[in-house]
Amino acid sequence: MKPLNNADALAVIKDSITQIIPDADFTLVEPDDKFRDVLELDSLDFLSLIELLSERTGVRIDEEDYPELTTLSDAARFLVDRTTVRS
Amino acid sequence: MTAFTMPSLGADMEEGLLQEWLVRPGDRVHKGDVVAVVETDKAAIEVECFESGTVGRLLVAPGARVPVGTPLAVIEGEAVSAVPTGAAGTLMAAGPGEPVGEAQPPPTHARARGDQEPAARHERPRPRRQAARRPEQTPQPAQAEARKQSARQHVQALPEPSAAASSAIGAGPLVRHLAEHRGVNLTTLHGTGPGGRITRADVERAAPPRTARVRATPYARRLAHDLGIDVRAVRGTGDGGAVRAADVHAAMRTGTGAERPDRGPAEGEQRRHAAAAIDNRAEERTDAMRRAIAALMSHAKREIPHYYLSTTIDLAAAEDWLRRVNRGRAPADRLVPAALLLKAAALAALEVPTLNGYWQNDAFVPASEINLGVAVSLRQGGLLAPVIHRVDTLPPDALMGHLKDLVQRARRGRLRGSETTGATLTVTNLGDQGVEAVFGVIHPPQVALVGFGAVVERPWAANGMLGVRPVVTATLAADHRATDGAVGARYLTAVDRLLQKPEEL
Repeated sequence: MKPLNNADALAVIKDSITQIIPDADFTLVEPDDKFRDVLELDSLDFLSLIELLSERTGVRIDEEDYPELTTLSDAARFLVDRTTVRS
Repeated sequence: MTAFTMPSLGADMEEGLLQEWLVRPGDRVHKGDVVAVVETDKAAIEVECFESGTVGRLLVAPGARVPVGTPLAVIEGEAVSAVPTGAAGTLMAAGPGEPVGEAQPPPTHARARGDQEPAARHERPRPRRQAARRPEQTPQPAQAEARKQSARQHVQALPEPSAAASSAIGAGPLVRHLAEHRGVNLTTLHGTGPGGRITRADVERAAPPRTARVRATPYARRLAHDLGIDVRAVRGTGDGGAVRAADVHAAMRTGTGAERPDRGPAEGEQRRHAAAAIDNRAEERTDAMRRAIAALMSHAKREIPHYYLSTTIDLAAAEDWLRRVNRGRAPADRLVPAALLLKAAALAALEVPTLNGYWQNDAFVPASEINLGVAVSLRQGGLLAPVIHRVDTLPPDALMGHLKDLVQRARRGRLRGSETTGATLTVTNLGDQGVEAVFGVIHPPQVALVGFGAVVERPWAANGMLGVRPVVTATLAADHRATDGAVGARYLTAVDRLLQKPEEL
């Protein structure tokens, strides 16, 4: 698992969302917005996002972790934490 | 030998636009293979072949709009396909005065065998009559051919030497077949074989083998064409390396980035035009879909006396079960509540069959299967209701797989013909948009529509105790001509009861 810094994590998240919603407009999403609401990800989209994020980062994301993936800044922090601290 | 006809891709479909052939004459096809893309008012649909065999003549060129039932191509049966060169041309003896015949490109060559003709004629009467009713719909061959040439350079024109000329040419059947396959006009070739016969090598010199056709979604092809991007140069990330629209966009982005420094204003202008063209087309599609929805829903509200019922269902058991099941599963294998809701909706319809079927000729006709139409909202606006067949027989995992696949393809414009028809009951789940209840409009000729709102946490009294539970509001819009409120109530009660035992779903 490659350690991610905040910028890397954010890039992976945005890129994954773009794969699900090709015309996602991130200028509409503030770091602390609930991005699912703003970008209209339904539960299947969100599941695809989890799938992509775990594939690309190697981080295991359980259902209990979903609340951590509510905003872009939380989600980035979550990925940074899970790819670095554990040893 | 049978005719592959314009399928009906929905109860309200009268005609369809053949957008693209995905096969060529001589290709082997199996029942269920996707052979063409047809555009309806609502979406581009991949249509499957219902017959195994070899593709014979293509009777309708891309760009043509024809009524449902019009023959689009000839599928040769197994026996016939054993004679490889018999593939195309057996049907071309279509006489003058037949609209469909007129729309066809001229006969490929004089290989029509007399012994097969009668059979061919037997196969066709019904569609021919339909086509004859609306001759103005069938494009002139020249037009269609020109459109095909300009819009789709990757589809080589069907070869069309005149019958007389071709019969006079010395070339064996295998060579003819090869020529046809490669789009080489035999009349233009100089034969180098004995007696001036045209040999395989002559044909190959005239047309080197094409590179294998690139797998790409119809939308991606269109996009690539509009943006002036060679789809063959795009790296595909879809199924089996198929090029998707996103890949074309990516190629466009990287291409633009590389060119930017020395890009002239003219080119920028061109790209803007291309982008505008796409916007226009997307808008046209959206408008057409809007009109289709408007017509259907107006019809529903005019004809169907709806009644509405609503109940709130405790989902604690279902959510607990999902959590247990999903724990330890990879994200790709996890279930979402929608899968359980759909299954419960189907099983309840098994218990209350008078809600599952059609209102036809002033009477209710029960359906023999439970095929759920699933309302899928599209990001650019509008919605589709693709169908999951026999939901009552699917275990939750299989149902989840179908649901994911179907929603994804509905949004990417890659639905199959069989997935757009046959719904016996429709379910809408607007819960993901955050609303608690949805009272829908019935999709005629169905007689009911089930709605699920958002799963929300609410105070809930159970066994004399107040607690917080996840709950969902289930609603039913039903046709009062077919059923009364008591039946609808029995249905929603059944949905509730079924969701309390998720392990049995």
